[in-house]
Amino acid sequence: MAQQLKMQLLVCGGTGCRASESEALEMELARELKAHGLENEAKVIKTGCFGFCEKGPIVKVHPDNTFYTQVMPADAREIVEEHVLKGRKVERLLYTDPENKEHIPDSRHMGFYRKQIRIALRNCGFINPENIDEYLARDGYDAMGKCLTEMTPDAVIDIMKKSGLRGRGGGGFPTGLKWEITRKSVSDQKYVVCNADEGDPGAFMDRSILEGDPHAVLEAMAICGYAIGASKGLIYIRAEYPLAIKRLKIAIDQAMEYGLLGKRIFDTDFDFEIELRYGAGAFVCGEETALIASMEGGRGEPTFKPPFPAVDGYLGKPTCVNNVETFANIPIIINKGADWFSSIGTERSKGTKVFALAGKINNVGLIEVPMGTTLREVIFEIGGGIKDGKEFKAVQTGGPSGGCLTQKHLDTPIEYDTLIAAGSMMGSGGMIVMDEDDCMVSMAKFYLEFTVEESCGKCSPCRIGNKRLHEMLQTVTEGTATMDTLESMKNLCNVIKDTSLCGLGQTAPNPVLSTLNNFWDEYVEHVVDHKCRAGACKSLMRYVIIPDNCVGCTACARNCPVNCISGERKQVHEIDQSTCIKCGTCMEKCKFNAIEIV
Amino acid sequence: MAKIKNLAELRKMREDQQKQLNLREKSNDPEKYVQIKVGMATSGIASGAKRIMDFLIVELDKRSIDAVVTQTGDMGYCYAEPTIEVTRPGEEPVVFGYVDTKRADEIIEKYIKNGELVEGIIPVNYESID
Repeated sequence: MAQQLKMQLLVCGGTGCRASESEALEMELARELKAHGLENEAKVIKTGCFGFCEKGPIVKVHPDNTFYTQVMPADAREIVEEHVLKGRKVERLLYTDPENKEHIPDSRHMGFYRKQIRIALRNCGFINPENIDEYLARDGYDAMGKCLTEMTPDAVIDIMKKSGLRGRGGGGFPTGLKWEITRKSVSDQKYVVCNADEGDPGAFMDRSILEGDPHAVLEAMAICGYAIGASKGLIYIRAEYPLAIKRLKIAIDQAMEYGLLGKRIFDTDFDFEIELRYGAGAFVCGEETALIASMEGGRGEPTFKPPFPAVDGYLGKPTCVNNVETFANIPIIINKGADWFSSIGTERSKGTKVFALAGKINNVGLIEVPMGTTLREVIFEIGGGIKDGKEFKAVQTGGPSGGCLTQKHLDTPIEYDTLIAAGSMMGSGGMIVMDEDDCMVSMAKFYLEFTVEESCGKCSPCRIGNKRLHEMLQTVTEGTATMDTLESMKNLCNVIKDTSLCGLGQTAPNPVLSTLNNFWDEYVEHVVDHKCRAGACKSLMRYVIIPDNCVGCTACARNCPVNCISGERKQVHEIDQSTCIKCGTCMEKCKFNAIEIV
Repeated sequence: MAKIKNLAELRKMREDQQKQLNLREKSNDPEKYVQIKVGMATSGIASGAKRIMDFLIVELDKRSIDAVVTQTGDMGYCYAEPTIEVTRPGEEPVVFGYVDTKRADEIIEKYIKNGELVEGIIPVNYESID
């Protein structure tokens, strides 16, 4: 009688919500349903990410489309007793509109979802990723079946080319063209590789797709295999994605069992098998040649291109490497056609892009928008604006390889080419928003620190150049740099960009270059005035006592961890700047507003 | 599990599985379907609303009518329980009272299928704010 269920309660089983006890919640809900004798009327279903991670754990109730946020295991009882049993929504758990403070019961009315078009994420938060039947119900493996039984490999490639799909891993290389080149390479064995080595800080697009809709990626890999003439697929995934690995394994087993992977799929001559390869989490292994080296058991170091992997890849055989999100788009393109896909987006960037919104933004989470959506729409409409009503300062796109975009770029449509023209890049889809309290020099330093750590060390411009660049940034934040330092930084950035071997080095200076361009004044302030307007560079800050306000209560001196404040009782105190560690304790303890930062 | 041998078998399986997801698919655009709300407050439950709801779900499914059946709180017509509110796509909601399985059957056959009004209509005297 399963099809006569009255209600389905979808609980998010993504990593974010699981971290806030969604597993316990799922069990609690099931237990409560049983306790009320409702197990045949309502069912709890675990799904992938809904994207609204800011307010997790998420529970969505069908058929009335109720969207509950921040649900704790202790709330299970109320949901079952009120909503399932009596049909009354639990008001306090509904999403509250931040503007008019009204409860929004239906997710279709939430600003977060209104502008989104979910193509790559179409099944995330909708189906149970550990159940192949639910994927089948959503036209799963139909595209693969069509390709195998009704289309020639060239026809498949033709659709991909016509759709205008470009690689979602960052570079934006046309997917159809990549397939065509790999197809033309002659060899006894070829490989399809899925790049799931998502390494940008703050990015979780690929992880969410693999956790929420693993079959879409498997199906697309098989389609790719058919198109290029490969019978083996490999997924290179980082070992720190245990949940994604677990769900992929379940998905592969289920697909094998159904004969949707394996030998003679759909009674054709096409065989396709998929294996997992684990990465140790090195950022450089997201670069395809380094990824292949790592899969072969070597050090994860890039090699010079050409030869491209399409000619000489894994084990020296032609290999087609595509990113997770790219793959997730493919089955639906085959099903709905190239024209449908290319009608979404802009002239040169088709379809949608998934972004991981993070930083000082109200709605942290995973979103998918059509190409051409502006940054303003993403940050202020979907993202709900800046936290605590502060002023927007910049947004970093493309992670450590991208650049920061400012107020003046807010109306830039998001496309591969416009972002590059604006001095950043699409990247894999990380979007970190910064407000007035963020120091752009420190921000650039943070990203550079990341790339310095992650540089494989094979070529000197990247290994030595970035290290020196980082040291120069350090002097800026410490107030010991000169204007000459800034000029040398600019030069060094360009040298590193021009001479590095792979994408990691070539893009590493981007955060520095783009902040130099967009926030030159802030750099000059650090250098000339020894001032950090955001108050983030500790070396440039001084805590001083305002003599007029100080009553000599001794509270600051007693609480100073390094005893650098001196003064008699009822006398004005003084801070010894040479020993002060700028911890701010004195300012916190002073009841008379007698301490300020200069 | 036997292996899926061809596209026809896959599609056959899909049809079976789609029923499971129907509830979720429809809830994304309820306006496209017939929406039925069953009043399930204490008075409704006491007069058999639960049975009516089960009946509606089973029968609509049997008669292949795409509908979204949800439960709601007290609609205020305690004297006429069980009450149900039916909204045909693009039309104003109509509330029926004293619904037993016989009347429910009539509502499906006449009103839901053909838009013919049947006995038991309660004039709607309020507006709901969504």
